[in-house]
Amino acid sequence: MGLTCDSCGKGILKKKFNIKCGEEFVVALAGNPNVGKSTVFNELTGLKQHTGNWPGKTVVNARGNYEFNKKKFILMDLPGTYSLFANSVEEQVARDFICFGRPDATIVVVDGTCLERNLNLALQVMEITNNVVVCVNLMDEAERKGIFIDIKALEEELGVPVVATVARKGQGLDELRKRVFNIALGVENPKPKKMTYSKTVEEAIEKIQPQIHKILKGKLDSRWVALRLIDGDKTIIDSIHEYIYDDKILEIQGEEVLVNGR
Amino acid sequence: MDDKDPRRFEELVSISDSVQTMYGDELTDSIVKDIYTFAEAITKKAVTKKSQRKMNFDKKIDDLLTSRILGFPIMFLLLGVVFWITITGANYPSQILANLFFWLEDKLTYLFMAADSPKWLHGILILGMYRTLAWVVSVMLPPMAIFFPLFTLLEDLGYLPRVAFNLDKLFKKAGAHGKQSLTMSMGFGCNAAGVIACRIIESPRERLIAVLTNNFVPCNGRFPTLIALATIFVGGLVSSRYSTIVASLFITLLVVFGIAITLIVSWILSKTMLKGVPSTFTLELPPYRKPQIVRILYTSLIDRTIFVLGRAVAVAAPAGLVIWILANVRIGDMSILNHLSMFLHPFARIIGLDGFILMAFIIGLPANEIVVPIIIMSYMAKGAMLELESLAEMKELFIANGWTFLTALNVMLFSLLHFPCATTLWTIKKETGSSKWTILSALIPTAIAIVVCFIVASTARLLGSV
Repeated sequence: MGLTCDSCGKGILKKKFNIKCGEEFVVALAGNPNVGKSTVFNELTGLKQHTGNWPGKTVVNARGNYEFNKKKFILMDLPGTYSLFANSVEEQVARDFICFGRPDATIVVVDGTCLERNLNLALQVMEITNNVVVCVNLMDEAERKGIFIDIKALEEELGVPVVATVARKGQGLDELRKRVFNIALGVENPKPKKMTYSKTVEEAIEKIQPQIHKILKGKLDSRWVALRLIDGDKTIIDSIHEYIYDDKILEIQGEEVLVNGR
Repeated sequence: MDDKDPRRFEELVSISDSVQTMYGDELTDSIVKDIYTFAEAITKKAVTKKSQRKMNFDKKIDDLLTSRILGFPIMFLLLGVVFWITITGANYPSQILANLFFWLEDKLTYLFMAADSPKWLHGILILGMYRTLAWVVSVMLPPMAIFFPLFTLLEDLGYLPRVAFNLDKLFKKAGAHGKQSLTMSMGFGCNAAGVIACRIIESPRERLIAVLTNNFVPCNGRFPTLIALATIFVGGLVSSRYSTIVASLFITLLVVFGIAITLIVSWILSKTMLKGVPSTFTLELPPYRKPQIVRILYTSLIDRTIFVLGRAVAVAAPAGLVIWILANVRIGDMSILNHLSMFLHPFARIIGLDGFILMAFIIGLPANEIVVPIIIMSYMAKGAMLELESLAEMKELFIANGWTFLTALNVMLFSLLHFPCATTLWTIKKETGSSKWTILSALIPTAIAIVVCFIVASTARLLGSV
């Protein structure tokens, strides 16, 4: 669903997010603040950026490259957010990138010491795209706190690849690269468990989802868009306009210039 | 093309509107709750917890570090300890470096004499550029190499968010955003970085307050100046046994004073030019982490120490050259340097400085690191040609040029409060996109610096004359 229209996704990446991608695969890196997201970013890309220990460190999107199995990957570090409800600019940036940029894979870094709270974000990302890898970081701290995480079980429950890491020691990152590679190249096709909401919400979705599907024609997950509208989120409408419909305006302008040129 | 038909978008908008009239915010909570419940269910299946001991331990430390009564004393104590270690540890390596540099200077001078090079060339290159560089490296490098790793250690342990937590209430009372405590902490590293960090504050009003006041905490470029002056002038007041403790205490006080000024100015701004109510935010206290020693050393030595030093050297070398020329080119019977300083002198006296010092602050606009080197060079170029091998001799040079404890105090205060460096100003211009606020961000601190120094100098004069 999320990737039925791969080519136009890349077009948006190029136009709106200023990423040129020919051969490269685009990978987004999402996560709550303070889960070692920047460390994962640095370890994957080999950048020696300083990683701070307070909320709101990543304000501007950082970008890096790495290679795995002779394929090139562009890694986009998204702002650290607790959700994708677009309550803040950061949340909207993260959401729009995953939703409209359509990265080939999205890594959601979660804190192993407080998995429950962190899973909210992972679940929301999984509603937008199937191509998700959950990276459970800070496994060593979790262990020290007496928290044991059954990665296999988690993978089954979520329906997407789950990788345990201790990013600052470089543990588990090769496995992470491998799973990202698998997803980006279509070796693995995750089927995320979609959330079932309470009855009233589901009924509301049922009512408007078909119409939305007709309008968006698979460009976005219609169930998810329906949910956002029910949620009363106005920003999604603006974003849809900006990322999908603004193209038309740009193209028309381009044609006009050509005509005048003749 | 059909699927991009604007009419389809209008349909979407109308669906959104009808859903809104039907449900309003009614289902929002339910959606959030459902996600939480789902996350909880998954966690239950995949996670097993053994004990809560460690968590409780973290919480106990938090209670102590952020307690109402002990929070602030612990904060100042830690800061004082960091300064104390820095001052104590920096003395010896500074001496060694200085000896090394001046040994090399002798050799270089021989080389120039052997090559029969003109006197002015030796003057420009050795007495102008090399000496400044030698001073910058030998006096600034050791304290930085100790201070930065210690500061990064506190950061890495997770202490800085606790500092922010302690200060949060004060900032809110000042009508500013709680996150300003974070951007201020960043300012200790570099004010330009602190200004960029202000992006985390969403409200434009509060962001501007944070940007305008970031300068009141001493950055890396100014710490070495403060540490050097506090060591020789404040530490020198008491017997050598207590001098480092007194000096570190004094720098801590200066920092506290800077924070106080930050709060006062924020409060005034939020009551006048930038009126408004502070918005709320939740500051999350991250768990304590075992520090990564290698990364700390790497970050603080390469990213910070070498960066700051590199900048100082890059600016100091040409500045050394310019100053040497200014000091040796004469108009009438005085050098240009003397003319300039004579011009500034009357005003500088009023605020407890002298013409050379004020000129150094102005020439030091590109980088605060070089203010003291410029002062030294100006004095040396004036005729008192002595070799500067240690802090003690720096003190002699300053005293020979009429410095007193009061002068040192005013220099430190002026350094703490005056206009930000050119890099920071440029960053402010970029971040606010407004010339007005950029100019204000230079004027406000400078005005405060002048007023504070004036008050200190006048008070001292009054007391002295009584």
